[in-house]
Amino acid sequence: MRMKSLIAAACMAVAGVGAASAEGKVKVGMITTLSGGGAGLGIDVRDGFLLAAKMAGNDDLEIVVEDDQRKPDIAVQLADKMIQSEKVDVLTGIIWSNLAMAVVPAATAQGKFYLSPNAGPSALAGKGCHANYYNVAWQNDNLHEAAGGYANSAGFENSFILAPNYPAGQDALTGYKRIYDGALAGEVFTKLGQKDYASEIAQIRASDADSIFFFLPGGMGISFLKQYADSGLDIPVVGPAFSFDQGILQAVGDAALGVKNTSQWNKDIDNPANKAFVEAFQAEYGRLPSLYASQGFDTANLLLSAMDKADIGDAEAFRAALREADFDSTRGDFEFAANNHPVQDIYVREVIKEGDVYTNKIIGVALEDHSNVYVDECEM
Amino acid sequence: MPPARIPGRRFVTIILFIEQVLNGIQFGVMLFLMAAGLTLVFGVMGLINLAHGSLYMVGAFAAAAVATATGSFLLAIAAALAAAAAAGAIVEIVVIRRLYARDHLDQVLATFALILIFSEGVRWIFGSFPLYLDIPAYLSGPVSLPGGIEYPRYRLALIGVGLSIAAGLFWLISRTRLGVRIRAGESDREMIAALGVDISRLYTVVFALGAALAGLAGALVGAIQSVQVGMGEPVLILAFVVIVIGGIGSIKGALIGSILVGLTDTLGGVLLPEVFRLFMDNSAASSTGAALASMLIYILMAVVLVWRPQGLFGGTA
Amino acid sequence: MSREGLINAALLAGLVAIPLWAWAGDEPFTITLATRVAILALAGVGLNIALGLGGLVSLGHAAFFGIGGYAMGILASHAQAYDPIMESPILIEGTKLMPVIWIIAIVAAALAAVVIGALSLRTSGVYFIMITLAFGQMFYFFSISWPAYGGEDGLSIYLRNDFPGLNTLDPIQFFAICMVLLLLALWFNARLAQSPFGLALGAARQAPRRVETVGLSPFRLRLVAFVISGAITGLAGALFADLNRFVSPAMFSWQTSGEIIVLIILGGVGRLCGPVAGAALFITLEHFLGELSEFWHIYLGLLLLAVVLFARGGIIGLLAGRAATHD
Repeated sequence: MRMKSLIAAACMAVAGVGAASAEGKVKVGMITTLSGGGAGLGIDVRDGFLLAAKMAGNDDLEIVVEDDQRKPDIAVQLADKMIQSEKVDVLTGIIWSNLAMAVVPAATAQGKFYLSPNAGPSALAGKGCHANYYNVAWQNDNLHEAAGGYANSAGFENSFILAPNYPAGQDALTGYKRIYDGALAGEVFTKLGQKDYASEIAQIRASDADSIFFFLPGGMGISFLKQYADSGLDIPVVGPAFSFDQGILQAVGDAALGVKNTSQWNKDIDNPANKAFVEAFQAEYGRLPSLYASQGFDTANLLLSAMDKADIGDAEAFRAALREADFDSTRGDFEFAANNHPVQDIYVREVIKEGDVYTNKIIGVALEDHSNVYVDECEM
Repeated sequence: MPPARIPGRRFVTIILFIEQVLNGIQFGVMLFLMAAGLTLVFGVMGLINLAHGSLYMVGAFAAAAVATATGSFLLAIAAALAAAAAAGAIVEIVVIRRLYARDHLDQVLATFALILIFSEGVRWIFGSFPLYLDIPAYLSGPVSLPGGIEYPRYRLALIGVGLSIAAGLFWLISRTRLGVRIRAGESDREMIAALGVDISRLYTVVFALGAALAGLAGALVGAIQSVQVGMGEPVLILAFVVIVIGGIGSIKGALIGSILVGLTDTLGGVLLPEVFRLFMDNSAASSTGAALASMLIYILMAVVLVWRPQGLFGGTA
Repeated sequence: MSREGLINAALLAGLVAIPLWAWAGDEPFTITLATRVAILALAGVGLNIALGLGGLVSLGHAAFFGIGGYAMGILASHAQAYDPIMESPILIEGTKLMPVIWIIAIVAAALAAVVIGALSLRTSGVYFIMITLAFGQMFYFFSISWPAYGGEDGLSIYLRNDFPGLNTLDPIQFFAICMVLLLLALWFNARLAQSPFGLALGAARQAPRRVETVGLSPFRLRLVAFVISGAITGLAGALFADLNRFVSPAMFSWQTSGEIIVLIILGGVGRLCGPVAGAALFITLEHFLGELSEFWHIYLGLLLLAVVLFARGGIIGLLAGRAATHD
């Protein structure tokens, strides 16, 4: 214990925290998932963020990264540490909605800025919105709504929809139904973490569905797609990008080929910022960037753009600078709605194989300039 | 707001029901592969092994790595068996051996520590992303069963493999020399040592056998699910439920318990939401039914234990 | 004073002194860490009554920890939304008052412990370990899929609950509350161990037959111990939720049960201050190793193995000699 504090004091002396209030300096605390299940997402967000910082070469930006192990209580503890002892100005990095709900309200209430590179729970978009909270990824419902939009344009009339039985899963089905105009052939909630979908696939087979919408993040989606491909059914499948991202696709393999998914980013979006990002990321880390990496990259660039315009000591001015979102996003046009959540195009992608690598290509736009339904509930 | 919806079809047909029963059995026999090893190790050595799920994971990762390198599913399965058995034997010799004389608390702790080491070790070697393992072409696709049921060939194969291994285990224990020793070890440890059987080798063999079964389950199931760190623990907890229901130490109990848990979980997940739909709207019924279904096997276990505290086929544990 | 007594006194004095020193040096995060130690130690003291005194290896104490947490979360979330918990037949409102929350957490955890204990204690040994694990899982799955209180997202409480006369948002004052409760629990534990009940419980662990022949029921003794144990762990859960201002199903997970056991073992089973030493070591390790390597769980696992295999009395056993080990 004693030792710890001595070391902490030494580190602070070296890092020059005494001069933290110096003009123009910004200290960022990144809390993200780097170990245990789901570490791939956090590692990508971190790498994207650090890459942007490196490319900008701005000496005023100081970044501390910590691992939350995907545990809410650890995340809260790290947030306390970053605010109380590291004295950061900005927090970022959290991947999961439940961790964000544990950290963000308390952090913004203490006057810190929070830039979300991934989670966008509805509570923080509606009644719980805050002038210091900015979401640079999406509101949680967005990609599901886009899937509903795609279903309409593809002429689906009878969808079978499934998601795990937890808040994000319930929001996913609600989001899809909000935009989708057709009927439902079935609506199923599965167990969180479930790996065997034989029973759901049997139900799909017994229904007269003409399409399937699913939201099953992580290993759940891998299992579902493999088992679905093996079932001999060939009803078209659509889902949000989470089950089709770069890190995960290689584990799904052929089972994912041809599946449509919705995303606000893909590596083939044609703009200079995205080209530079994809090239630099590959050069730096030797792998293709994922959606999460692009979100980390954009988050850092948003912050850097605000640092160019205002001093973080002047919170009002810094908020105005962030709200302008004056940076070159990898996804093209990007602006904030009144509740500081993105207004952006959401694309439909198809899973393809390039050489030996499974990846996505954009085949259309699902929703243009899409905002979110919680804007009206937000009073700032 | 979306327009009014036509409610989807809400009945369970006979065909669907039979298919779900098959799914339940398939889930059950895979659980059996896990539970058999756990219950053997407990029966013979009196050891509670939380790290059994890690051996399941080791099998799946070995299979995925070999399948990617060679493209052969059979080699992958062989690798899973070998890797899990080897990992089991090493762990037994280095750590587990020192725990037989200890109380259950020490065993829980030491094997909990092994989970941490295995999980992070595998992540260190293979990285944080899931690995790829797929079923071979000759086992993919559906097969038509009498009565117009379309059922995945691979799952049917799993049922076949699981049941043959169960039969093999019964034969091994009742008819072979090793089986005699195992049974002797279960009833009187000192006696068989006195009879000149190399007891520490016997233990290593039994532990490696249990590990190989777990590794096999990991590889077989990994091909239709995902191969990732932490995949073993949920299965481990289910396997515990199975052997508690079946009676610890009993292979027969493990088989019946597995099938019971597999059927309860699968059918409960399908039928409970249907029951709730009788008096609730669709979404609420789905989510309430799913919530209750996820607790169902634990309720089953509590009921069995109230009725028979030693499990269905347990002796005096 | 025995050698173990001296070590205990030094340990507790250290746990008080470090936050005070951090407070003087304006290091609020060190105080937060110490608070965490005190709360986890309290959970451990609870489990230690079942585990150390009663010999009941419960791998499901996360259930009580989580119930305490949710008691706090549910009461406080209703209070912060000014939304009564129920209106008929009687009006029940939420509350932000810590003492009331603690009592409800204790009662709720004790009730759950009565039910779980009555069922689980029909079994023994390894069956008991597994059935308590399964009960914990039952609560875990229920809390994830029950949407009313946030499901997997959990519940956020924006401000820490109130204690009359104190500012609970000040880290050192909240630490003081937790520390006083920990000391009370330790005192209670020490008294309990020396009481006729505690002696009978210890006898029931070592020689159940003999206890029966003098007309006591080992089942009842164990059930009472299990309920007391669950109640104290429930109180720790309520405090833990208040420390984080957040409660989620993670509190119910079987890893939580495992961690509470781990810190008892690290400290020394059946030792009065074992959980305190264990919690202090656990938090320190988490803090240091976490900074050292992404794969720090490997080192934690190795250390744990070493303690189980070579240092069975835990830290206190190592320092105080093998006077009173379990078994």
